[in-house]
Amino acid sequence: MVSLIIRRALQLVFLLFGISFLVFSSMYIAPGDPAAIIGGPTATESDIAAIRANLGLDDPFLAQYARYVGNAIQGDFGYSYQTTQPVADAITVRFPNTLKLAVASMIVAVIIGILTGLVSALKQNSLLDVSATTFALAGISIPNFWLGALLILVFAVNLQWLPVGGMSNPFYTVAGIKELILPAITLGTGSAAMIARMARSSMLEVIRADYVRTARAKGVKESSVIWIHTLKNAMIPIITVIGLNFGFLLGGTIITEKVFAINGVGRLMIDAIAARDFPMVQGSVLLVASLFVLVNLVVDIVYTYIDPRIKYD
Amino acid sequence: MTTVETVELKEKKREKYIVTTMKRLFKNKLAIIGLIIVLLQILMAIFAPMITTHDPIKQTLADSELPVFSPGHWLGTDNYGRDVWSRIVYGARISLVVGSIAVTLGLIGGIILGMLAGYYRKLDAVIMRFVDLLFSFPGILLAMLIIAVLGTSLVNVAIAISIWSIPTCARIVRGSVLSIKEKEYIMAMRSMGASDLRIMVRHILPNASAPIIVFATMRMATAILSTASLSYLGLGAQPPTPEWGAMISQGQAFMWSSPHLTIVPGIAIMLTVFAFNVLGDGLRDALDPNMDLQD
Repeated sequence: MVSLIIRRALQLVFLLFGISFLVFSSMYIAPGDPAAIIGGPTATESDIAAIRANLGLDDPFLAQYARYVGNAIQGDFGYSYQTTQPVADAITVRFPNTLKLAVASMIVAVIIGILTGLVSALKQNSLLDVSATTFALAGISIPNFWLGALLILVFAVNLQWLPVGGMSNPFYTVAGIKELILPAITLGTGSAAMIARMARSSMLEVIRADYVRTARAKGVKESSVIWIHTLKNAMIPIITVIGLNFGFLLGGTIITEKVFAINGVGRLMIDAIAARDFPMVQGSVLLVASLFVLVNLVVDIVYTYIDPRIKYD
Repeated sequence: MTTVETVELKEKKREKYIVTTMKRLFKNKLAIIGLIIVLLQILMAIFAPMITTHDPIKQTLADSELPVFSPGHWLGTDNYGRDVWSRIVYGARISLVVGSIAVTLGLIGGIILGMLAGYYRKLDAVIMRFVDLLFSFPGILLAMLIIAVLGTSLVNVAIAISIWSIPTCARIVRGSVLSIKEKEYIMAMRSMGASDLRIMVRHILPNASAPIIVFATMRMATAILSTASLSYLGLGAQPPTPEWGAMISQGQAFMWSSPHLTIVPGIAIMLTVFAFNVLGDGLRDALDPNMDLQD
């Protein structure tokens, strides 16, 4: 286990270098002179030249990349072209909202997904099963920004039970939880549908296994058969989907933040792309991609813990 | 056995395979519903000028925000008085065209990389590390990064989604190539002096087609959804283009007074994505990848 973690951590380091290289080179080849953007429309040729020299933009590509990585390792991701604020500061302020949203959506997705899949498998071919399967199919097809808009219309505008958007209260307060409900359902529904599909097929496979029949024949209580014998063994493919979906949710926060006007990294990124604020795009993309690979690493390690038969060679 | 007989036998096997696949597909009711919706969408996109009643971008401010079932505008009008039905129909054209371009480009890139990685062991490690690198970005993030470089437009959205499709496609193709290339008939072709390109294109690719077809169908759903999402974020279609995601984004401002501006394009997206998803599911069940055309 320890050697696996070390090996995967080393791979992670290389992958992070790869990600940073791809992100940096993408911004490097993007049209538009950063010095001209910083200088603004009134900047003269000499002003722009001075900015270029100051930022080291005349240096060779690899030298610029090496400097960027060296600074990034120390937590310095440069300065925003728009606001001149340090990129790291802007991200640090907004990241808790993004994380809160992703985690809350994951909780919604796991609870709804596993319960729906479980009920669907246990009551196969019943009305409940058909409803659950329909929910799963609709869930993977529904655009989450549209679902968000509809939820706002019903629960925030018409019923006025929940706020229209924003995320300014701590998550452990009633107001904070209220702010999280609609965005978490919006973002979590797609993942819940995918988890439900996997949970259903995985449960159906395990429920027919010989050892489950044996357990029933021995007179084991039905609840123990389901929760201990069946669900535990059906969990491995479900956890795979959950792990994959956390990355999907991290990407999805970008859209959900826009729908609910949440001040998170996703919205920061959209605004930065629109304004061609390259350091901000670089920093936020790098952060989300790094988190994504980190989550994948944790999921891989969790697999080997749950099922020691899995080996990564 | 003569060459003519071999070719005839192969043709018969291929026909039998297609008939069996179609029979299996037609037994799946959901897949049929999906197929019908997809065909209707295609017809709608092709005959858009004939089935619409208004110019989708022409503004008639006197008719703004008419509700559904208004005379002459059965799906109502938007805040500029543009006919929603006409915009939805032309939106189908945009979604299908952008989705098809994205999926086709993604397939071309994925098939080339997957073929090379699976066929040439020396290239495998390099190509697959690159594929892993692309996999380390959540799809929408990769698309946004590409749009940040290329700029906001529907063409760039198609390119971005195609690049996002490459790693998955490459993995699928590589897996198929690895399982097929060691088969006896491939070895036989090689010993007969067939070139690598001929073996790959004429013999390996047709046998790897089942998972590719399923991938392409499912990816159409993702591509259409992503095009709408990126346009909703303002990174794809720009006003006044009648794109479904952009229509929702514009309609959201009038959600209280005219909810149909948000609801109608959403239903259009959901139906289309649903149709491609269930069709893909049905095709996956119907296409038996173990059934080999050339054995």
